[in-house]
Amino acid sequence: MSDSEAVTAPEQDLFSGPDLAGHFGRYGGIFVGETLMAAVEELDQVYRKLSQDPKFWQEYDHDMKHYVGRPSPLYLAERLTAKYGGAKIILKREDLNHTGAHKINNTIGQALLAKFMGKPRIIAETGAGQHGVASATVAARLGLECHVYMGAEDVKRQAANVYRMKLLGANVIPVTSGSRTLKDALNEALRDWATNVDSTYYIIGTVAGPHPYPMLVRDFQAIIGREARAQSLEEYGKLPDALVACVGGGSNAIGLFHPFLRDAEVAMYGVEAGGDGVETGRHAAPLSAGKPGVLHGNRTYVMSDERGQIVETHSVSAGLDYPGVGPEHSWLKDIKRVNYVSVTDTEALNAFRELTRLEGIIPALESAHAIAYACKLAATMSPEQSIVVNLSGRGDKDIHTVADIDGITI
Amino acid sequence: MSRIDACMAAAKAAGRKALIPYIVAGDPDHDTTVSLMHQLVRDGADIIELGMPFSDPSSDGAVIQLGGERALRNGAGLDTVFSVVRQFRAQDAQTPVVLMGYLNPVEIMGYEAFVGNAAEAGVDGLLLVDLPVSEAEGLLALTRPRNMDVIFLVAPTTTDRRIAAICEHSSGYLYYVSLKGVTGAAISDTGEIGRRVAGLRQQTELPIMVGFGIKDNASALAMAAVSDGVIVGSALVQKIGELSDTDSRSDDLLADKTALIASIRQALDSGSA
Repeated sequence: MSDSEAVTAPEQDLFSGPDLAGHFGRYGGIFVGETLMAAVEELDQVYRKLSQDPKFWQEYDHDMKHYVGRPSPLYLAERLTAKYGGAKIILKREDLNHTGAHKINNTIGQALLAKFMGKPRIIAETGAGQHGVASATVAARLGLECHVYMGAEDVKRQAANVYRMKLLGANVIPVTSGSRTLKDALNEALRDWATNVDSTYYIIGTVAGPHPYPMLVRDFQAIIGREARAQSLEEYGKLPDALVACVGGGSNAIGLFHPFLRDAEVAMYGVEAGGDGVETGRHAAPLSAGKPGVLHGNRTYVMSDERGQIVETHSVSAGLDYPGVGPEHSWLKDIKRVNYVSVTDTEALNAFRELTRLEGIIPALESAHAIAYACKLAATMSPEQSIVVNLSGRGDKDIHTVADIDGITI
Repeated sequence: MSRIDACMAAAKAAGRKALIPYIVAGDPDHDTTVSLMHQLVRDGADIIELGMPFSDPSSDGAVIQLGGERALRNGAGLDTVFSVVRQFRAQDAQTPVVLMGYLNPVEIMGYEAFVGNAAEAGVDGLLLVDLPVSEAEGLLALTRPRNMDVIFLVAPTTTDRRIAAICEHSSGYLYYVSLKGVTGAAISDTGEIGRRVAGLRQQTELPIMVGFGIKDNASALAMAAVSDGVIVGSALVQKIGELSDTDSRSDDLLADKTALIASIRQALDSGSA
């Protein structure tokens, strides 16, 4: 054994999770009602087998190239970089994917699993509607029945995406229980799954839920980081000094971060939704201000009150408006491999406008959180350094929200 | 022998089926819950399952969700649950009480404090819906020395391998879920339930109770015929939901809301609906 192997061995253990029961350190695991246990265990077995099969990944890669349009480019945002006068700000253009966000990377992969398992019916939950659209898209392509659960409040806020899903043939079910947002849509999808478990595949949209979802969604999203790593080496001859991505459930962030975790010289920043400011309590930042608990099938940082009740979150961005977060992020926070920070609604809106005017790219409000933090970070770094920011989605879906804030009726 | 063991053994010795009603602690308020528990005992309940309200009850149907929301609106939490049990125990030292709910409030309170408070209040058993056996070792290490029972669910989808693990770690009784779905849904295949329960008997000596979807005398009789007794939740919580804020909480009114339990008791004892 060489010296270098001896040094890297413990580090590999930190990043090779989850264990067989789905744990990342103390986080993750399986916490669902007994009715769903068999389905979750079956999915784990199927995925473990298929993920060892090169043919499975060939089919996934083929779809990524010819249907999604990958690889997505790395784009150097020169005018934005010049404005902040520090590190180069480089965008990973997930907004250019088919359906306009990183979500399709995951739904393509899970649709392959559904097809392999012979499930004729898929269900999904959605907040902003991006994952719902990405699920309805793959369902249309494979001829599967598709039902999307969406909080009644979000159905109102995201009318255009609701109509897109309906055009694609999906049945959109408004959820009127609880706070009528994303977390309640997840509860209702879990209830549907327990009721129709024999016929149904549940496509969870982020790296949360019971094991194996946090693992398999990460694996499908890790194409972002693998591409970004290779593109950085090819175009710039070195790895970036920092990575920045927004974190709601955390799938675009883990997708970017994961292939870089063992590159100790690459700093990482996960940006949570600070809403009105973390100190006001009106935010969606469980890693910044929550505590470990159990929600939607896994142990992770959650936002709950002193009684253990899940609290309502607030963010201008519907896609970040979630009181939990993927368990691997909780682990990466505790071992201090990733820095978790937050930016406010106002900062994100400013970044939304700035990227639009300086670079001609309208970002999703979710991604605008990452842009806002990257600009602050760049200003503290030198021009020889570089930051790769995950531009996880495009902002067409958000123009009504921004227009409302500006007092304009479209 | 725990209070639950003694209760189930007594029912068996007397040749009667056990009856376990479920209500939500704090629905509609703390004091009414205590009164309802005493009323349920008068109606013939053997054990009472007391729901711990939670904001995100993903295994429950609409009726129990609403019951939880009513309790939460009135500020109920685990402190309310323990206080309800303590007050009930002051007048009833005999009827076992099982707490049923979800894990997050327990995680936030801390397992040791939760089990300690439950034991001190007079709780006999715990059923945490989203805590499978494979993740329960920490809880079991705290409940075993206190002789507190932990009840696990067995579902129609549960594999043989899982049944073995569940039987090994369960005490008190096994809770067989009659259907694929959430609380309050409709039972479709009673023959299959009978076959499954008979299969469970090969693997455990524990009493087997059937719950989910039992809503009247007929469904209770059908399920009791193949098991040691029945658990009735949604149909009862639905009636409690009819109590308005302005109603006086007279014994007659509460007895009217729990009449289903008295009726099922009579049906189980007479063997006819």
